[in-house]
Amino acid sequence: MRILSAAVLAALSLAAAGAQAPPTFPAQQRGPGDAALVARGNAIYTLNCRACHGVDLRGGDLGGPNLLRSQLVLNDQKGEAIGPVVRAGRVPAGGGTAMPALALSDEDVKAVAEYIHNVTFTSRPQGAPPAGAAVTLNLLVGNARAGERYFKNECAACHSVGGDLAGIGARITSIETLQNTWVAGRRLDPPASDPARRAVRVTVKFADGQMLDGTLQRLDDFVVSFTTDQGEYRSFVRRSAQPAITSIDVKDPTARHRELWTKLSDADMHDVTAYLATLK
Amino acid sequence: MNAANFNGMARAASAALLLAAIAGATMPLAAQEKTLVAPGDLLQPLTQDWPSYSGDYTGQRFSHLKQLDRGNVKHLSLAWVIRPSTDSRTAIIGGEGKGDFPVAGANMKGSVLEVNGVLYVTSPDHTWAIDGRDGRELWHYFWKTRGSTHIGSRGSAIWNNSLLFETPDNYLVSLDARTGKENWHVEIASLEQQYFSTPAPIVIGDQVLVGTGNDLDQPGFLQSYDPRTGKRNWILYTVPMNPGDPGLETWPSLDAARHGGGQVWMPGSYDPQTDLYIFGTGNPTPGYTGAGRKGDNLFTCTLMAVKVSTGKMVWYYQTSPHDTHDWDSAQTPILFDGTIDGKPRKLVSTAARNGFFFTLDRVTGEHIVTHQFGRTANWAKGLRKNGQPEPDPGKAAQVPGALVSPFEGGVVNWQAPAFNPDLGLFYVSESNSYNLLYLTDPDPRGSMGLGGKRFFVLGYESNALQAIDYRTGKYVWRHEWPQGAGIGTGLLTTATGLLFTGDGNGNFIAMDAGNGELLWHTRIGNITNAPQTFDIDGRQYVLVGVNDTLYSFVLY
Repeated sequence: MRILSAAVLAALSLAAAGAQAPPTFPAQQRGPGDAALVARGNAIYTLNCRACHGVDLRGGDLGGPNLLRSQLVLNDQKGEAIGPVVRAGRVPAGGGTAMPALALSDEDVKAVAEYIHNVTFTSRPQGAPPAGAAVTLNLLVGNARAGERYFKNECAACHSVGGDLAGIGARITSIETLQNTWVAGRRLDPPASDPARRAVRVTVKFADGQMLDGTLQRLDDFVVSFTTDQGEYRSFVRRSAQPAITSIDVKDPTARHRELWTKLSDADMHDVTAYLATLK
Repeated sequence: MNAANFNGMARAASAALLLAAIAGATMPLAAQEKTLVAPGDLLQPLTQDWPSYSGDYTGQRFSHLKQLDRGNVKHLSLAWVIRPSTDSRTAIIGGEGKGDFPVAGANMKGSVLEVNGVLYVTSPDHTWAIDGRDGRELWHYFWKTRGSTHIGSRGSAIWNNSLLFETPDNYLVSLDARTGKENWHVEIASLEQQYFSTPAPIVIGDQVLVGTGNDLDQPGFLQSYDPRTGKRNWILYTVPMNPGDPGLETWPSLDAARHGGGQVWMPGSYDPQTDLYIFGTGNPTPGYTGAGRKGDNLFTCTLMAVKVSTGKMVWYYQTSPHDTHDWDSAQTPILFDGTIDGKPRKLVSTAARNGFFFTLDRVTGEHIVTHQFGRTANWAKGLRKNGQPEPDPGKAAQVPGALVSPFEGGVVNWQAPAFNPDLGLFYVSESNSYNLLYLTDPDPRGSMGLGGKRFFVLGYESNALQAIDYRTGKYVWRHEWPQGAGIGTGLLTTATGLLFTGDGNGNFIAMDAGNGELLWHTRIGNITNAPQTFDIDGRQYVLVGVNDTLYSFVLY
């Protein structure tokens, strides 16, 4: 594709989700647990289970498996499947650390089960980890000086750090957003009506020498449509326009960025991001 | 469909009368009724009816019908449009749910069956029978769901007079195809373990093969059921489940393998000569955080061949070792006979979501061709000696971001490819997208499912349709769409050299299968399944779905 339309951008989030995509319908089969029982279960879990199965139930240093994806745990309703394993212990089929038997009462097992099922209920969808201790991730790994060199060679023909990009590091403080914005070639100050797109210009020439240009609305193998600078909407059937269309010339300001994606290395990308972050 | 291949109901009815007259009064009435699709009928090449997911077992989506051709296709016009009713109040009701969920809207993301002029249409929680002549709804079956992911239904299957389909909450349902009345339903996977079922079942003899999906680290499997009773014949896991199972050496532990995914969420193809059912498996899990599953992760992202009579794997070829991008290799493979180095060969080809095209010997699984068809795919470092792409670990999700092509949806997705044996061309859409992929959960245990990452879609470098030479993997022609997204365009080809698809910009298009010349189009919106064709009363129809609507075209 040579052009990226607003409609396509809108469709992207859908298309990107692919086939086995986010749940579009109730995926959760259980409701929230009883608050008092969950709290009691949490305390019992902390005391008896956490060392092996982890603070977030995803498995721990002592080798206990992830409980949030355990078939036995997922099938369990109120401790009826978890209880026998807790009280008898277990030797994993594939080897590894054996689970010791724990003398928990029926009520305690029920509380632990309620706690575990409630963690599953409150977890974000599609296997994102349950909320645990905040992890600080450092996205600023590039070399700003190397990034400046790259910028001068590859970007400076169109962009200037004293002009369009002045203060970009202060205007966009999230490193991730900063990187997303510059790699995509998105506008820094998008109007609310058109959040991401830059206007794609089109020039249509006709056999009689006439020429029309404007902001491209749509282009496929059959039709071209655009809005002239006077605000007039025009559309033509490419094959049968009268007079005949002799050429359609599209100028997309982000075309250079799409070319860039095909050759930009991750190291160069991180370097440029680090450089832009210094432009406060 | 039946052995006599009658042209529609009217003639079938008169033939039945004739048979009755010949048989006389001694023949019981029941015996005079025609079976809609006897298992043996499914061995026929795709011609008059469309009785299975791909129309026939090859997966080629190559119709032998010849009424429509490159000369007259420009006169193709609308026969009817229908948006099937989702009103549960007027439907035949089934299902184990309480009826406390909102009724799912219709979406046409699979194959429609056509038999004797009747269309069988599925969508999550809905099944309809529709008159193929005018789009009139004959019956509507509504399934009260227990929940689960309602992402799509790829279609149904017919065994004699039974219509078989899967529900999102993991039931295999058998209806009387003539009335919509339920015969039985059986649970085929656990809802608690967060399985959800999308595939079209495939009938082979007196077995029906079903697959399922899952996004929470549960093992994938293919199952065979008895279409008469709903009793399970066998189950084949796609990941090692026990000590000593083949492929376990490609996982760090049995626990990792048992939670390793490899879902069977698309129908496969079948070779009656070898009794091999050949299908692709989904991504390993956790999808994006592969640190806890070092190794190739067999048999995820793999083309597998299973002997249907035994349920045992005969050969495999992994098309995406240690995937870390949710790029399933579940695409329906295509079986055909071809020539390699001057020798006739029985072959299978697949174009995978990761952007690579493969041709193998379908009897032995011997690798013949690998070629990168998604031109911007940047996640592989090269090819191994056996033709497998070698993943570049740097292009897995990274904390500071990795620039990855394609994005999650892949170069292709589930949408059906096609193969024209007259031309030796494999047709597939090619979507060249980019995203920035951030690792948000660097925990060495990994996240679960598709968690632990965030992505930012940058856009498309290009979108195109390719006609690939199966002998080299290189395209003979490639048509780049001026604008629009390539994902979502299934394909159909015919013995008259036609190719039907969508352009991702709202146009449904007929092309010359030999050179990609544009012959006809209509702007009905982006198509959401693969076009299909069949003959009713001697007229060739072309059917395609757009979201909740079916469009039928015919020559007048």
